Amino acid sequence: MQLNSREPVIFELSKPGRGAVTQFPPPVAGTAQVPAHLRRQAPPALPEVSELQAVRHFTRLSQMNFSIDTHFYPLGSCTMKYNPKACNSLAMLPEFLGRHPLGPEPQGFLACMYELQEMLQEITGMPAVSLTPMAGAQGEFAGVAMIRAYHRARNDTARTEIIVPQAAHGTNPATATMCGFVVKEIPCDANGDVDIEALKAAVSPATAGIMLTNPSTLGVFERKIVQIARIVHDAGGLLYYDGANLNAILGKVRPGDMGFDVIHMNLHKTFSTPHGGGGPGSGAVGVSARLKPFLPLPIVGKDGARYRWLTERDLPQSIGRLSGFMGNAGVNLRAYIYMRLLGREGMVRVAEFAALNANYLMKRLQALGFEAAYPKRRASHEFIITLKQEQKAYHVSAMDVAKRLLDFGFHAPTTYFPLLVPECLLIEPTETEAKEDLDRFCDALASIREEMRNDPEKLTSAPHTMPVRRLDDVRAAKQLDLIWKGNAA
Amino acid sequence: MSNNVPSDLKYTKSHEWVRQTHGEAPNGALEIGITDHAQSALGDLVFVEVPDVGRALSAGEACAVVESVKAASDVYSPLAGKVVANNGALANKPELLNEDPYGAGWLFRLDATGGGNVSGLMSASDYESFLAEEAE
Amino acid sequence: MAYIPHTPDDIAGMLAVIGARSIDDLFDEIPAELRAGTLNVPAPLSEMEIGRLMTERAAIDGRPLNFIGAGAYEHHIPAPVWAIATRGEFYSAYTPYQAEASQGTLQLIYEYQSMMCALTGMEVSNASLYDGASALAEACLMAVRSNRSSTSRRILMPRAVNPTYAQVAQAIAGNQDISFVPVDFDRTTGRTLLETLKPYSGQDFTALVVQQPNFFGGLEEVDELTDWAHANKIMLIAVVNPTSLALLKPPGQWGALVDGAQGADIVCGEGQALGVPLSSGGPYFGFMATRMHYVRQMPGRIVGRTVDLEGRPGFSLTLQAREQHIRRSKATSNICTNQGLMVTAATIYMTLLGPEGLAAVAQASMQRTADLVAALTKVPGVKRAFTAPHFHEAVLILDRAPAAVLAALSRKGILGGLDLSERYPELGHALLVCATETKLGADIDAYAAALAEAMSAARAAA
Repeated sequence: MQLNSREPVIFELSKPGRGAVTQFPPPVAGTAQVPAHLRRQAPPALPEVSELQAVRHFTRLSQMNFSIDTHFYPLGSCTMKYNPKACNSLAMLPEFLGRHPLGPEPQGFLACMYELQEMLQEITGMPAVSLTPMAGAQGEFAGVAMIRAYHRARNDTARTEIIVPQAAHGTNPATATMCGFVVKEIPCDANGDVDIEALKAAVSPATAGIMLTNPSTLGVFERKIVQIARIVHDAGGLLYYDGANLNAILGKVRPGDMGFDVIHMNLHKTFSTPHGGGGPGSGAVGVSARLKPFLPLPIVGKDGARYRWLTERDLPQSIGRLSGFMGNAGVNLRAYIYMRLLGREGMVRVAEFAALNANYLMKRLQALGFEAAYPKRRASHEFIITLKQEQKAYHVSAMDVAKRLLDFGFHAPTTYFPLLVPECLLIEPTETEAKEDLDRFCDALASIREEMRNDPEKLTSAPHTMPVRRLDDVRAAKQLDLIWKGNAA
Repeated sequence: MSNNVPSDLKYTKSHEWVRQTHGEAPNGALEIGITDHAQSALGDLVFVEVPDVGRALSAGEACAVVESVKAASDVYSPLAGKVVANNGALANKPELLNEDPYGAGWLFRLDATGGGNVSGLMSASDYESFLAEEAE
Repeated sequence: MAYIPHTPDDIAGMLAVIGARSIDDLFDEIPAELRAGTLNVPAPLSEMEIGRLMTERAAIDGRPLNFIGAGAYEHHIPAPVWAIATRGEFYSAYTPYQAEASQGTLQLIYEYQSMMCALTGMEVSNASLYDGASALAEACLMAVRSNRSSTSRRILMPRAVNPTYAQVAQAIAGNQDISFVPVDFDRTTGRTLLETLKPYSGQDFTALVVQQPNFFGGLEEVDELTDWAHANKIMLIAVVNPTSLALLKPPGQWGALVDGAQGADIVCGEGQALGVPLSSGGPYFGFMATRMHYVRQMPGRIVGRTVDLEGRPGFSLTLQAREQHIRRSKATSNICTNQGLMVTAATIYMTLLGPEGLAAVAQASMQRTADLVAALTKVPGVKRAFTAPHFHEAVLILDRAPAAVLAALSRKGILGGLDLSERYPELGHALLVCATETKLGADIDAYAAALAEAMSAARAAA
């Protein structure tokens, strides 16, 4: 890691007339010209640097990042597991990379996508899958839009509300709003399950559906799921499964069997496609038979031995298209390769070892004196530690602990999510971490616990060893500096 | 936590305050802001959006937004009425709301003629008890 | 076990700490009747085996000579771009929530935002959206939030805008009671004419979408369209090709300067051309830029430069209070992330090309397409559809249905363009073709020869 050494902004390295000229295309003879009144007057202020300057600059920037390849990254709800190198190198075979999306239907690529759809159907217990949504949030959008389309197709237009537990990720209510629904939030009980009485009171003829994550964002399995499904279905609503935590139950229990009507999966979590510094993801959706006509397009179909894209002609009631072509095809290809590498046996072990690592880590941290938010419950693939006692006693916050962990060489867990638990750390170790690494993480937190007592300033002023110290977020938001305007600016 | 509750103002459960100004509007325009408790809970404000002058508001309508780095909250109109003035100074200096929530940090003025009565709102002592309850 | 490091000793030791007898005990809160049986998925493959399978599948698809554009463009990608973008530190990091441990990604996004503003002539850019089509949908939603002089939620959507983009905007924004009013194009020029818009003058519309170059590759008269929109209090959403912006007037300068403001209000588009491979349609990235005045209405992540405790410059995510994790049901969008990895590639690409290289790519692409159109229209039965000047795409009209001709070309390893006859039946046998700097004179000659042969064979057969 590049420590305490500022890397200039690329524009500071730029000099007029410099360039990586071997990358420029040779000039082509001819007279083609943009008409004068539509032409650009001054060239765009892009950097002018040599190829080595560019390579060194971006390589050095990369060294200022924590990543799975370099650090334990127990970011709760994000499933930061190892991204196998083979998934990337095989998805980047030149034939896959060079293929234009609107060319003739590519039988090799579509075979992979068709089989991916089938595997996802089997794993989720849903009869149909579309790979089109480009991220989890777009998968959510597709799911809720299908719920809306389903009710509309039945002329059931009074269903204007989506129920969301308070523990839900912020995308759930945001998505419901984007789909034109009113959000009705319901509480969870002290053990992390949905408050059944509140649910009963919330459902009505206006209920379009409920959005649930199971295991929930509280790191526990929703035990009353069958009862919840019955209450919502009896009220005429549908059940939406947020697949954020699918890693916890892969091969152990299928959302379709729990009674869900629609699910989105985060292929970048459960099926280990890269997070890439914040994307691309892929948010495939699966549906029960009654929602199948509404799936987003395109979908891969098969006529005899030939694969083809299904279009509006095949699914005239589809909610439509969500991307310019066919979603994040290259991400889906990586997920396919990953699933074939894991296979039947490997798939089940994902959930088993994710649960083993999470439960082990929770017990060890409890033994060190940390308070689990739901101590009476099994951890799913993640769990919550609350630091409200520590905050009272030592005036250190979850954020301080998170920042101090960076100094020990660990990426911080998710902080301040879910919002329901004060001063929380949501910790998700994933199945690919070795016991020794979990133990080292515990050692770091034990040391930090010592520091809380003896030297709390060490925490509140952390981190101390990163390329920068704690940043002034208030200044960032008030004195907006969003593009380079030279050093004077 | 900062907790100043001036006795001459009226309050809401969503932490707005209301001052009767006896000003230009026929029934006396009402001045509205958020309480010291609210600004302190939000922390350093980085952005404040106030309602446009002339906008008609219903009671309880979300009409302004106060934003800190980690939170954004809606401000609700305590009564129905028409916006007759807003505090433009907050656009460039949102910190005014942190520094002086009952003075320079006011949000907007409302002509609430026919829009209900301030007597339905909480008094300073009611609001103080309400805050005490919330803290438990 | 694939990617799982636990030894039997580890497992036993960990279960002892947990106080569980077996791993299966850890799932004892799941109701027994819900537990899944054995999954019907294939047995695991070794890396060698999956390598063999994928190589075989790739070979089936081959490497045809491509003359299709229509929103995805084949450009040369410098070797450093993906060598660096796939470094584990970029590839396997997540959204930069912990700014101090993510300065690399954050600074890169800041540089990206700066470059996108330089290209578009706008004041602020976000950290990217999913793709060009969904970026337009988000731009329409943003316009509805931003245009305070409009209450109609109606958006003018020219038919010369990529029709898939219009479909996506409908699918995403249509759920919020936003309606799209189609605006026809001129059959002679292939442009959206001011005359066609004039009947709408004085009516309440939220936004007008203008794509430059338009879906047919033609150059719109952007200045007059922009001025008309602003005169009618309509926001202008520009959909642009970033490569073309090295040569074309940036949307920030479209139209006249009025009250200190000029140009498009929201600019969006598909960023794929900037160093991202075609890869069957994704992952690509959408970009979006606007004026500072609208920054709080813009969806997606934004990076800002600030200082740390010691006053040193550093970078962090900013304006997060607009986003779903804080605003929940009142967020600007449900979007959580950007297309980080694609933006990493694009930033390296723009750096390597610089202003001169990008202009050279744009100029070479434009010239190659001019050469292509000249060569193909020499083939009997082929003519140009429109008269407007074009950038690196153009529509041809054949004297017979394109499908059979394209199939014949495909058998020779040539992707001859996009058949428009279903999307625009009124154009007849229309074919959209594209050439970029990657197509050499010999490639164009090969296509022209193959087309001549396919057309005469079809004629003979008829």
